[in-house]
Amino acid sequence: MASLTREELRDLYRHLLLTRGLEERLERLFKQGQIVGGLYRSLGQEATAVGSAFALGDDDWLAPSIRDMGALLVRGLHPREMLLQYMAREGSLCGGKDNTTHFTIPELGLLGPISPLGTQLCVLNGVALAFRLRGEPRVCMTYLGDGASRTGASHEGLNFAAVQRLPVIVILEHNRWAFATRSEREAAVEDWVDVAAAYGVPAASVDGNDVLAVYDAAREAVERARRGEGMTLIVAETYRMIGHAQHDPQHYVPKEELLEWRGRDPLARFQSYLLESGFESRAALAVVKEGVRTLLDTAVDDALAALMPEPEEALAGTFAGDAAAVPWTRRTHVYPDLAHSAMPS
Amino acid sequence: MTIESREASGQDTRSHFKETTYLEAIREAMWEEMKTDPAVFIMGEDVGAYGGAFKVTEGFLDEFGSSRVIDTPISEAAIVGAAIGVAHMGFKPIVEMQFIDFIAPAFDMIVNFAAKVRYRTGVGASLVIRGPCGGGAHSGPFHSQNVESYFANVAGLKMVAPATARDAKGLLRAAIRDPDPVLYFEHKFLYRRVKEMLPTDEEILVPLGVARTHRTGSDLTVVTYGAMVHKAADAAERIAEEDGAQIEILDLRTLRPLDSEAIIQSVRRTGRVLIVHEAPRFGGFAGEITAQLCEEAFEFLDAPIRRVTALDTPIPYSPPLEDYYLPQTDDIVKASRWLLAY
Repeated sequence: MASLTREELRDLYRHLLLTRGLEERLERLFKQGQIVGGLYRSLGQEATAVGSAFALGDDDWLAPSIRDMGALLVRGLHPREMLLQYMAREGSLCGGKDNTTHFTIPELGLLGPISPLGTQLCVLNGVALAFRLRGEPRVCMTYLGDGASRTGASHEGLNFAAVQRLPVIVILEHNRWAFATRSEREAAVEDWVDVAAAYGVPAASVDGNDVLAVYDAAREAVERARRGEGMTLIVAETYRMIGHAQHDPQHYVPKEELLEWRGRDPLARFQSYLLESGFESRAALAVVKEGVRTLLDTAVDDALAALMPEPEEALAGTFAGDAAAVPWTRRTHVYPDLAHSAMPS
Repeated sequence: MTIESREASGQDTRSHFKETTYLEAIREAMWEEMKTDPAVFIMGEDVGAYGGAFKVTEGFLDEFGSSRVIDTPISEAAIVGAAIGVAHMGFKPIVEMQFIDFIAPAFDMIVNFAAKVRYRTGVGASLVIRGPCGGGAHSGPFHSQNVESYFANVAGLKMVAPATARDAKGLLRAAIRDPDPVLYFEHKFLYRRVKEMLPTDEEILVPLGVARTHRTGSDLTVVTYGAMVHKAADAAERIAEEDGAQIEILDLRTLRPLDSEAIIQSVRRTGRVLIVHEAPRFGGFAGEITAQLCEEAFEFLDAPIRRVTALDTPIPYSPPLEDYYLPQTDDIVKASRWLLAY
């Protein structure tokens, strides 16, 4: 059982609320045509991301998957930054050059994933290797969906972390669906925790919709990694309550299954826990809700006021120091001094 | 020590030289960079205890220890991934591909992660991926390839292919110090065949992106790189002797960024150009160079642009098949004569 202070419990609740609230705002903006690309929500599995990231220290690093909004907010990302990113505005985390959670912010210990799955684990292993080479007691945490865990990069990354005994915690989010494919068709294991045996690492299975259970398991793994005892795999049993992205109506999901998991909603469960255990009053939670609402209102207004990037920004930043470089493709002619090649510009 | 400081201290100002093979030059570049910069280290398959499949890293484990010479599982994607992450944290990893053919399993990590990470996130990755490329050693389809064209169309990568021991050393040193990902293709046929007298008391550093004139001439430019520089040189000697024509050989050294200006200037002078590479023809570097010359030197040309390349087939194993597949000195002589007579 987690030994968290009342303040920390409230913070967990606040981050669950903030995650769901921010995604609801993003969905609204998507329907208004303000989101440029796809929108990938974490509805129903917010506790897995929030509870696990809560177990990290400020100096640790985390690499989210596309659906770990909660973990990013726990690390200190401002909702406005996430909105600007999805809206592809000037001054967004990727400057409009990439979308979703694909940003890297060293100051927050955040490493961005890319779309080919499992690759961020391989890269995060390098961050963990740097910690070990420098003798620093810092750890790394990342997430793999049940689908993502089946790529070659995931297998190589899990094995590499295990063999090198790197301080890495991998949260395998068993949310039952990889886009539209059931997890039973992703792996032949009955219990996903069994996959850890192939890498020879300790593993735990946890109710991913119970934020405190996730936190407890993550904290134990973080401490193990910090002691130099290597990687842990945590399987979080959860459910993706919404389509892969906004374009996906989720027609392939049996209604009764959704109903069953709706009863395990991580936000409602934690709210009931706080009230029934007497940690919080309804009035106190209302204050938290109001604070989150105000924060999100302001963040949305700020993001909508931001401009789109200048087109020429597309040229900058492929290599170090080439911000002002004009590539070959944009030259009308290369040797304007020679009359024969002078073309009207 | 600079020449000036040696003169000031009254020391001998003559350089000391040592016969150095292409392979030793690569070793020395890594050894010296690891000695001077604690951020530099090596990762790869069998690089430690065994010393690398070609013994390029022999003795490194004893000298630098297992935390700086890391034997990894056979997991090219995981190795390159770890190199990117550790580079984000300020290290300068050198990854060895046992054969450059095995870069294919790491393709995603290289083209989607390493190449794009600075552009997408503003956080770069200073890393070198090096490995033996090229044919002539009768090693079959999976231990003989030249892979530069696979990566040529990907922004964010630098690529190096040295032909001489001096360049092997100087370019590797520059690659290690470069803030962005560099693919370093070392030709296995040259490892022990190329030997040069290199100075032992001066730092050899060859900047990336600058071609080198291997031989001067006024009648025809041969643009090439890697092992083909030596075949082109043999061909040029024969042409000079038997035909009296002088061929200029431009050794590109770095493939990306390509020294377009050096190519264009040489071709504008000679008016004739032959592009030679060991990689297959279709989609090879010769195509891009041809396009650039059409844009920038068309009116200076006295003959069509021609290519001598490998065949558009996989690389065969049996010696007569492989010899037929690879560009040979005779092919370069024949194409040169055709161009000179045009």
